[in-house]
Amino acid sequence: MKKGLSYWLIYLALPICILAVWEGFQIAGKLKPYTMPPPMTIVETTLDYIKNGKLWENIGISFIRVLKGFGAGLAAGFVIGILSALFPKFEAFTELVIQILRPIPPIAWIPLAILWFGIGEESKVFIIFLGAFFPIFLNTLEGVRNIDSRYFELAQVYEVPKPLLIWQIVIPGALPSIMTGIRLGVGNAWVCVVAAEMIGAVSGVGHMLSDGRSLSRPDIVILGMLIVGVVGKIMDDILRLINKKLITWI
Amino acid sequence: MGNIIEIKGLNKIFRSKENDVQALENIDLSIEEGSFVSIIGGSGCGKSTLLRIIGGLETEYEGEYLFDNAPVKGPSREKGFIFQDHRLLPWLTVEGNIRFSLPKDKKKDDELIRKNLELVGLTGFERSFPRQLSGGMAQRVAIARALANKPRILLLDEPFGALDAITRMNLQEQILKIWHEEKITMIIVTHDIDEAVYLGGTVVVMTPRPGRIKRIQKVDLGTPRRRTGTQFTIARDEIYKEFFSDAEIPIEYNI
Ligand SMILES: Nc1ncnc2c1ncn2[C@@H]1O[C@H](COP(=O)(O)OP(=O)(O)OP(=O)(O)O)[C@@H](O)[C@H]1O
Ligand SMILES: [Mg+2]
Repeated sequence: MKKGLSYWLIYLALPICILAVWEGFQIAGKLKPYTMPPPMTIVETTLDYIKNGKLWENIGISFIRVLKGFGAGLAAGFVIGILSALFPKFEAFTELVIQILRPIPPIAWIPLAILWFGIGEESKVFIIFLGAFFPIFLNTLEGVRNIDSRYFELAQVYEVPKPLLIWQIVIPGALPSIMTGIRLGVGNAWVCVVAAEMIGAVSGVGHMLSDGRSLSRPDIVILGMLIVGVVGKIMDDILRLINKKLITWI
Repeated sequence: MGNIIEIKGLNKIFRSKENDVQALENIDLSIEEGSFVSIIGGSGCGKSTLLRIIGGLETEYEGEYLFDNAPVKGPSREKGFIFQDHRLLPWLTVEGNIRFSLPKDKKKDDELIRKNLELVGLTGFERSFPRQLSGGMAQRVAIARALANKPRILLLDEPFGALDAITRMNLQEQILKIWHEEKITMIIVTHDIDEAVYLGGTVVVMTPRPGRIKRIQKVDLGTPRRRTGTQFTIARDEIYKEFFSDAEIPIEYNI
């Protein structure tokens, strides 16, 4: 669809409807401020949080945690994924452990992570790492496996040495799939940071959520949720853009 | 010149749990260095299998195969292979694809890349990506890539099968020109009788189940070769007869 005026009308129609209905309930006097505040209160709370600097502070703290955990998950998922795909023996060696760990949701690790690392930074980064690792690992593995074997035959004809083979066939060949893994991994990492911060933290967006609940301030809770949603969307947009710039040949 | 390829009593059986397929039976074939040989036959008669063995892509067989008087352990640059698909890496440019194939000490040799692209008539497409090329152009890049590696022999497995008639004839001319200039031994697999006769100084006719060589025929179309005229027609009829009994030869072929 061409992004003309009609596109933007359709694009924004649903959010505007939701706001209108929400405001309608307020006008009809159906909203209680201690469970559901009107849209205007959310705007005011947002402005407060911007003014006192807590908005950027919380986003920043959560974002740094995501970066750390995601970075570790990316490095481990990529390297182990490539090695597993290229060396069947290495895959056999790691397979059982990975398959048993995979179905465990990262959130289920929170109690153990707190026992191990306390409620400091490490436990959060660890949970995020788990959330990012599995999708990146699995998609890297699949991506390398699905590379057309005819390219490897070509490499044999031209006596291509192994490092060059990895650099010029394995990685670009698996890149579309790796990028899918990265997008899933970032999404997961963001889910994990919120979960980890809700359970044990004194800062971050997840802490805003649990703080809002204990203060009976639904406006703070909703603002926290909106931050999670908006930041998540922006990160996915950025990754989609990177994907488009990186993979030009399809 | 001596023989670059010596095949004696070669058998190839593909074994699997369900059944064994005898792809090649008792193949004897000598190919003189510098010659142009066509291999023709119906689908499934083992043409690709034979070519893959010659190229070292298939190394399990019974019998003897010598390349330049030595057994073959695997594929290598000196046995250039043009696959039916162009097999260019989609993420590399034309130039990048050729560079990728070159030995370490030649990777920076831009002149070598330029010269070989010129040879196949693709000067100016160095920075294009495979998706920007037509099928015929992509196949020419594949040929340039093989030639840049200075092969002793060029093996072509139905390289023009997917192309239209005009492009096909153009590429046949280019291949002949390259053969004249570079003096590389060439073996082309095809199931087009005209192509086999026009290109090959020797035409090897194969029949299926099991894959066998039925006949090896010399063709002399004079120089330069012509696609029309008596010599061509006679040679083509000879090959045609190998596939159909006389009664079945269509009138137009009976001149
Ligand atoms: N990797 C393989 N495993 C099992 N059987 C194979 C394999 N490759 C080829 N064959 C069998 O060997 C026979 C010869 O195959 P080949 O591909 O050499 O034929 P071809 O003459 O090149 O046919 P076409 O003209 O269709 O390409 C066929 O019966 C085929 O099914
Ligand atoms: Mg074939």
